[in-house]
Amino acid sequence: MNCLLCHSPYNPIANWRQLLFLEDFDVLCPRCRGAFQLIDGRLCEMCGRSLEESAPSICADCLDWEEDERWRGVLAKNRSVYVYNEWMKEVIALWKFRGDYVVAEAFRQPLTAVFRRDFGSGWQLVPIPLSAERLHERGFNQAEALARLLPLPSVPWLARKHSEKQSKKSRRERLETDNPFFLSGHPPINGKRIVLIDDIYTTGVTVRHAARVLLEAGAAEVGSLTLVRA
Amino acid sequence: MYILPSSVASPLVSWLNGQRLLREQLPFPDEDIAAAVQAGLLHEQPGLIKTARAWRCVRCGNDDPHLFASFPCARCGSDCTYCRKCLVMGRIGTCTRLVHAALLLPSERYEAPFTWDGELSAAQAEAAQAVCQAVLDRSELTVWAVCGAGKTEILFPAIAAALENGERVCLATPRIDVVRELAPRFRQAFPRVPLAVWHGGSEERGRIAPLVLSTTHQLLRAYRAFDVMIIDEVDAFPYSVEPMLEYAASQARKEQSSLIYLTATPSRVWQLDIRRGRRNAAVIPARYHGCPLPVPAFEWCGNWRKRLERGRLPQNVLAWVLRRLEQGKQAFLFVPRIDELEAVTRLLQRVNPTIVGVHAEAPDRAEHVQAFRDGRVPLLVTTTILERGVTVPNIDVAVLGAEDRIFTESALVQIAGRVGRHAAFPDGDVRFFHHGKTNAMVRARRHILRMNEEAKKRGLLRR
Repeated sequence: MNCLLCHSPYNPIANWRQLLFLEDFDVLCPRCRGAFQLIDGRLCEMCGRSLEESAPSICADCLDWEEDERWRGVLAKNRSVYVYNEWMKEVIALWKFRGDYVVAEAFRQPLTAVFRRDFGSGWQLVPIPLSAERLHERGFNQAEALARLLPLPSVPWLARKHSEKQSKKSRRERLETDNPFFLSGHPPINGKRIVLIDDIYTTGVTVRHAARVLLEAGAAEVGSLTLVRA
Repeated sequence: MYILPSSVASPLVSWLNGQRLLREQLPFPDEDIAAAVQAGLLHEQPGLIKTARAWRCVRCGNDDPHLFASFPCARCGSDCTYCRKCLVMGRIGTCTRLVHAALLLPSERYEAPFTWDGELSAAQAEAAQAVCQAVLDRSELTVWAVCGAGKTEILFPAIAAALENGERVCLATPRIDVVRELAPRFRQAFPRVPLAVWHGGSEERGRIAPLVLSTTHQLLRAYRAFDVMIIDEVDAFPYSVEPMLEYAASQARKEQSSLIYLTATPSRVWQLDIRRGRRNAAVIPARYHGCPLPVPAFEWCGNWRKRLERGRLPQNVLAWVLRRLEQGKQAFLFVPRIDELEAVTRLLQRVNPTIVGVHAEAPDRAEHVQAFRDGRVPLLVTTTILERGVTVPNIDVAVLGAEDRIFTESALVQIAGRVGRHAAFPDGDVRFFHHGKTNAMVRARRHILRMNEEAKKRGLLRR
């Protein structure tokens, strides 16, 4: 088999277990797979980043969020799969910006594992939407691509207005700008537990904006699952 | 010939001039593009074509089913197949259209464009004459020149003639460092002729000029634009001959144009065709300094992989290295793979801590190469022929594991071709340490011997 990322040949059968239980083979060679860094050890209870053993259970960023009465409790929790290392930056650039959709296959197994561990079938999947313009430009929504990897169907309950690319703004600016998200139609949100799906959690503004819209429409609880915690 | 009135030669046509791009990559309103297509000024093509096996990418020629994937496309609302091979140039999917201008704007003529006062060796002059003839006839020619023959200069007279005729010339190569290295040499030789350098990081990529130097990927932008197309594949190891480059060149050149291949190591089929006269070729069997090519020696080194696992090198390999260190003679040691490179480097660093290992994708590659060039590194363990500029005057070369599949005939000929390039040091040791002789090794050696024989027969050797 050839590696999905580096295209070099490798032996996908890692052990007997895989063969006996017909588990899925890794689509990446060991070298490419090993370059990703899973988030593990002790996590911030809120945003799911790695913490030192001695640190308090909530990180300083999340403390800021929870002390702000406008944002307290908006997001139940975030969990992410991978650390945003140099390799991940390269892979995200290939996948999202160059548009190599099939790269998402490499995330199926680890993303599903985190979803099962931290959420589960009681949650409704809602991918973070792109604006119509961005969607046309990119051809696909990376958050939707991730949601499709999970074993539950996802629902397009949110839509998004077109605004500047986020990465060009500061945290303060992003907080104060209007919420770009709105409900798409009249979805049956009442009392639902919702997990937002996105590619990267950086400051947490995006998922909180989306969560607020859903909470105001009657959701019971909103969490988020992202591929990367930057 | 039909000449367009300038009012019709819309900004779209002059902007596109000689390029074929994705429709969405044109910085013009969609209505304007549609109108130009309607008026026949622009031609549109589908980006992918269905074949019996799977698909073919019209831009890069890829038809390997493994290098296509599909995705739910938001633009056309269905599952689009896309080409993974040329993604860097913008994704081409089933719903993408490629656009090029129906006509090419003419190029200027340049009177006496050539200022070069170097001198060609007898062998070079002969080949240069053949290149001139091919350019004149718009035919195909293979220049088979040994490593260190001085092949760039061979092109100059023919390029000058083409420029005087108002023709466009493109030299394409798989390696960006070759493009970077050649640019100043071409600027110096043709100071009054606009030169465009196309690589991923250059601003002027895609801009048509009388003289264009391009990497493989960037050449994919051009369509029916060049009268003279030169493909430079020399010293490409481990970049094997890339079918994409051939395809890109076939698209970038005009239907009536000359095609010049520069190679040190033509494929076996080509070698045979050349020997039987079925392929038009100019062979330069001797280096510019007129000394014969160093011939590789074979030396069996046992199961070196097993030894390496136990943390040891074969005795004779270690002895070879120690000898160079003792003599203070710099050397390259080639190994097949990156993990082996790391293991070998660690072992050799116990002997001499200044020895370093460099592989093709190593981020600190440039630093180490510079250190080697400065003589601060006595021995470089490597998996790749580094930049072309690394013609360190006085070196020896060894291959550990020459039997590995990666060391093809052409790879081995090019590796041997590192040695003795400088006129002051035309000799050196080339040694293939192996665990079982392969056909590739034997052919590489025969290849070099034949070149030396032919050079002698043609009286091109000084000794």
